[in-house]
This record gives sequence, C-alpha cells and structure tokens, in this order.
Amino acid sequence: MNSMSPASANTHRLSSFFLKRRGRLADQLFKLITLLFALAIAGLVVLMIVEMARDSSLSFEKFGPSFIWREVWDPVREQFGALPFIYGSAVSSIIGLIIAVPVSIGVSVFLVEHAPRSLSTPISFLVQLLAAIPSVVYGLWGIFVLAPLLRDTVYPRIQSTFGFLPLFKGTPNGLGLMTAGIILSIMIIPIVTAVATDVMRAVSRTQPEAALALGATKWEATWIVIQNARSGITGAVILGLGRAIGETMAVTMVIGNRAQISASLFDPSYTIASAIANEFTEATTETYRHALVELGLILFVITFVINAFARLLVWGVTRGQGKGAHA
Amino acid sequence: MINHSKPIAMLLLVCAFVLNACSGSTSSEVRLQGAGATFPNPIYQKWFSAYNQSHPNLKFDYQSIGSGGGIKQISERTVDFGGSDAPMKDEDLKAAKGEILHIPTVLGADVITYNLPGVATELKLTPEAIAGIFLGNIKHWNDPQIASANASVNLPASEIVVVHRSDGSGTTFVFTDYLSKVSAAWKEKVGVGASVNWPAGLGAKGNEGVTGQVKQTPNSIGYVELIYAEQNKLPYASVKNSAGEFARPALDSITAAAAGAAAQMPEDLRISITNASGTGAYPIASFTYLLVYKEQQDQSKGKALVDFLWWAIHDGEQMAKDLLYAPLPSEVVKRAEAKINSITNQGKPLRTS
Repeated sequence: MNSMSPASANTHRLSSFFLKRRGRLADQLFKLITLLFALAIAGLVVLMIVEMARDSSLSFEKFGPSFIWREVWDPVREQFGALPFIYGSAVSSIIGLIIAVPVSIGVSVFLVEHAPRSLSTPISFLVQLLAAIPSVVYGLWGIFVLAPLLRDTVYPRIQSTFGFLPLFKGTPNGLGLMTAGIILSIMIIPIVTAVATDVMRAVSRTQPEAALALGATKWEATWIVIQNARSGITGAVILGLGRAIGETMAVTMVIGNRAQISASLFDPSYTIASAIANEFTEATTETYRHALVELGLILFVITFVINAFARLLVWGVTRGQGKGAHA
Repeated sequence: MINHSKPIAMLLLVCAFVLNACSGSTSSEVRLQGAGATFPNPIYQKWFSAYNQSHPNLKFDYQSIGSGGGIKQISERTVDFGGSDAPMKDEDLKAAKGEILHIPTVLGADVITYNLPGVATELKLTPEAIAGIFLGNIKHWNDPQIASANASVNLPASEIVVVHRSDGSGTTFVFTDYLSKVSAAWKEKVGVGASVNWPAGLGAKGNEGVTGQVKQTPNSIGYVELIYAEQNKLPYASVKNSAGEFARPALDSITAAAAGAAAQMPEDLRISITNASGTGAYPIASFTYLLVYKEQQDQSKGKALVDFLWWAIHDGEQMAKDLLYAPLPSEVVKRAEAKINSITNQGKPLRTS
C-alpha cells in the first residue's frame, strides 16, 4: 500500500490534470463553436450583400446611381428605375405609421397605466393574435372586404370634404396607396404595441408616483411616463416601419401594382417588395433580373438601416433604465 | 443564383447517371422532370396521372413556375422538358445547350372579361376599342368606339377601370402580342412581353387575382384565360377578328384560329396565332408548347419522353375539352408527329413503332 501511494497520488494528480485540461478544452471548443455560429450570421449578411451586388451588376453598369431616381419601369425596352417603388414603399409605410402609432400608444398606455390585470391579459393576447394572422389572409380580406368598403363608403366621404386637396383627387377604385397604408397599419399595430408596452413598463415608476403624490393628475403622471419612454417608443415605431416596408403579400393584393408617382393617395402605386415578388419569375432577360435584384439590394439597405436605428434607440432606453433603477 | 445551381445540377446529373448505371437494364423507374408554364399545368397533371396508370414505372414531376422559368431551366438542361406559352426567341435557342424542339400540346385563349352592372347582353369589342381601353385613351364605357359595335346595349357613362396582370405571365404575352398586331400605337408605346409598362389600370396577381378584381370592381375590364372567366361565371366579350366578324371565345373558335394559322406554320412550329386569319377564328389565342432537346442524352429517359409526347398529342388531346383547353387541329398534330419522330439518342431515332 505504502509503495503504491506515491504512484496512485501521481495518477490522481495526472487524471485531475487531464480532467481540468479536458474541461478547459471542452470549454474552449464550445466557445469556438458558438463563435463560429455567431460569425456565420455576420458572414451570411455579408454574403447576401456581396451576392446581391454581384447579381445586380448589369443594371448598375447600365443605369449607375441614376437607377435610384429614374421613374420608368419598362421591361420591354429594358429601361428601369427604382423611384416609383421607393416612393410607394415609403408612402404606404408612412400612412401605416400615422394610423398605427396613436392606436398602439393608446393601447400601451391603457395596458400599463389603467387596465386591471383581468383586462390587460386578454387584450395583450388579442393584440399578439393580430401578429399571428398570415399576411395573405390580410390581403384577401383587403380585396374582398376592406377595398369595397373604402371605395363605396369611406373614400367618397373623404372626397366630399377634402376633395380639393390633391391628396384625395381622382376616382377611388378601392385599391391604392391609402388602402395599402390602412392594411399595413393593422399589421404593424401588434409589434409597435408590444415594444411600446415593454418600454413603458421598463421606465422608472418613481417619477410618476412622486408626481401623483405632489397632486398631479393621472394624465400628467402618464405624460411623464410617455416622456421618459419616448426614445424607446420611437424605437418601437421604427421597428413597425421596418415591418411595413418589407411587407409583400398583403400590400401587393391591395396597392394596385402600378409603377407611378401620383399625388393622390387613392391612385394605385407599387412597392419594392411587391415588385420583386410579382416580376421575378418571368424576368427572362439578364438586365431585367439584375434590375430586380438591385431593387432588392435597395430594400435590404433601407430595412438594415431602419432596424439598426430602432435597436439602438430601444437599447438606449432599457440600458439607461437598468442603471436608474439601481440608483 | 443561376450560376450556383449549375454545379448542383451537374451533381444531380452525375448521381442520376450513377444510379442508372447501377440499376442496369432492368426495367427500373424512370423519372422525367419538367418545369414551365402555369397555364397548361392542369391538363399536364391530368396527362401525367393518366399516362402513369398504363406506365407505372414512369414518374413525372412538373413544376409550374412560369414560361420564363421553363425556358431557362430547359436551356440549362436542369430539367428533361420545359413548358412555355410563348415560343422561344432566336437568341434563347442559340444560348441553349443543343437544339430544342417545340412540340405544341394544346391551345388557350385570353378572354376580355368585364363587370358592368345592369348590362346583361354580351359585349362586342373591336380591336381598336380594346387597344384604346388598355392604352387609357378610351376612358368611359359609353365611348363611341365601344358603343358603335354595341348598338343594342345601354352602356353606362362611368369610368372604365382597367385590370391587368402584375406578375410576369404568358397570358400577358399573348395579349400584348395581339395588341401589337392590331394597334400601331400599342406596338410603339408598349410592345410585347410577359410583363410590360402598362399605360393604364391596376395590376393584380395571377389569373385568379384579375378575375377576383374584375368580379368585385364595378365598371372594370380585364383579360384572363378562358377557364377562369368560365369558372367564375364572368361575362366575356366577342372580339372582331381579321376576317371582320365577331368571334366568341370558345374551344371551337380557338381551334379554328390554329387551323387557320397552320398553313403558315414555319418548319420549327414556332408561331404566334394571335389575330389569325380564317372565318370563325378567335383572335387572342395561342399554342402552348413542350420544349425538348432533339438529341436526348439518356436512352431510357429519351424513349419514355418520346412515347409520352406521342401519346399526349393523340390520346391526350381527347381529355383537353373537359378541362376547357382547345385541342390541336389535325394538321398541327401531323406536324408535331414529325417533330417527335426526329428526336434521337446518339443519332438513332427513339420513336420506333
């Protein structure tokens, strides 16, 4: 036993050394693998940009930067420009935001400040449910229910009051920028509401409570919460914008798919995403296909910038709040 | 994307060869892959399942991705046969990896469908009226150019809502091909294509999209494949043909258009039959084609394909009318037979019986 002891101690030391080594090795390996996954995501983004840039080279060579502000889209004569699509994407999304943002903030304020738990849970659930409806269903509903309703009842009334504005001129046939904006607003309400609610819940309660204690009204206290959460709410709005600008199916079914820039919101228009979805399958000439890929690249850059901006704003609030709560 | 699919396609081809080599000459399963036009997809699927019952070893896989996609895939040899409503252009034929044959299968027609509340009589349209409406020059239903051919109809003064396809489509190709033949203004301003720069109207996705849009928009007009108007019980107009008579779109008048054009059919069978001459011919019709290589690389696949094509233009044609496709006229079947007989493997004709 005695003669064995140094050897066994050695073995023990050795094995524990290897165990430790192996543990460290496994850790290292695991770290490396997860790092690879993380890099793969970044690599994927870079690869997508490189591929799209390469696959749009012909259109870039032919039109150069003027592709962005040209207004013509003529597959027969191979003349392409992105402006009507950028316009359609931007305006339909902005209309969507103008309608969705007040509603979403209203819902959030109600959920955070006023609603009893028995009401806030089912309402948030219903709002989330809106997000789960496939966009093609929104599109079908848009064609068969919303568009006729707007064409026959809502638009004529708007026209009889505001018809002198160029925004509401022309014969509304139910399909166009306005209808697309309304569909988009319904589609982005869930995400804007969800993020705005989270942000409002995250900001400090001390200030509004102190204000209430000093005799402020409920409305004044709520206003303080909104003030404190404003950059986070801006982030929520921009996330909604990112969603709206990339929406394809529902929009293409109600926007009228016409590459034009018209002052009237009742006129048909076209968005980048719908144009790609509609025309890619039969884009038989190389220049045509490359022009569509370049449209995709423009959309990619726009959504990338919008989302990055939104994330920054939302992080700003939640991080600042974390520090504030401890202080 | 296309460039990347090449190596994969090569790999698949190699795999296919290896598998074939392993299975040897025993009567193993043959799989024919196709891709292309969406318009004939229903009849092709019907043919495949019917043919498969007598040839259980032969499996078909046809992806209806559109004529443009079909031409691209057969040119790259990633499929065994392609489908297209429009014949291939000369430069596309040159770019393909070998000589491609056009085998006409059935005929289709675009009909001008409309939604005019209160008008029960079927409209008659002249080519000038159709071009004017789709150019955006004729803006109201009671325009003299429409009214002159429809004296008995009380046309409303309402604005015309034009509906066209927003997605690239063979249906649009046929329609714009027709308009370019009958209207110099259209030819100069818009031209022919699967998707064009529309001077007027709303775009809707797919035949079903245009049908739905016309159905629910009062005072609208659009063009769809005959079967869509028929199934949705939408009215469609008679169109004045080059012989000066108003032809109603129907299977017989479409076949008549093809028969009228058969005499001028070129050797390679690539022909547009829009605005066809001949009495009774409906002017907005077209062949749809299967595209196959003249020289087949694989003996068993080539043989199966040739036998199927032969069956399709004979027995298959009997099924066409049930699905509202117009069958080929007999003179075109004869021309197609000659094409099928010319398909070879290593220089030897594949069609034996």
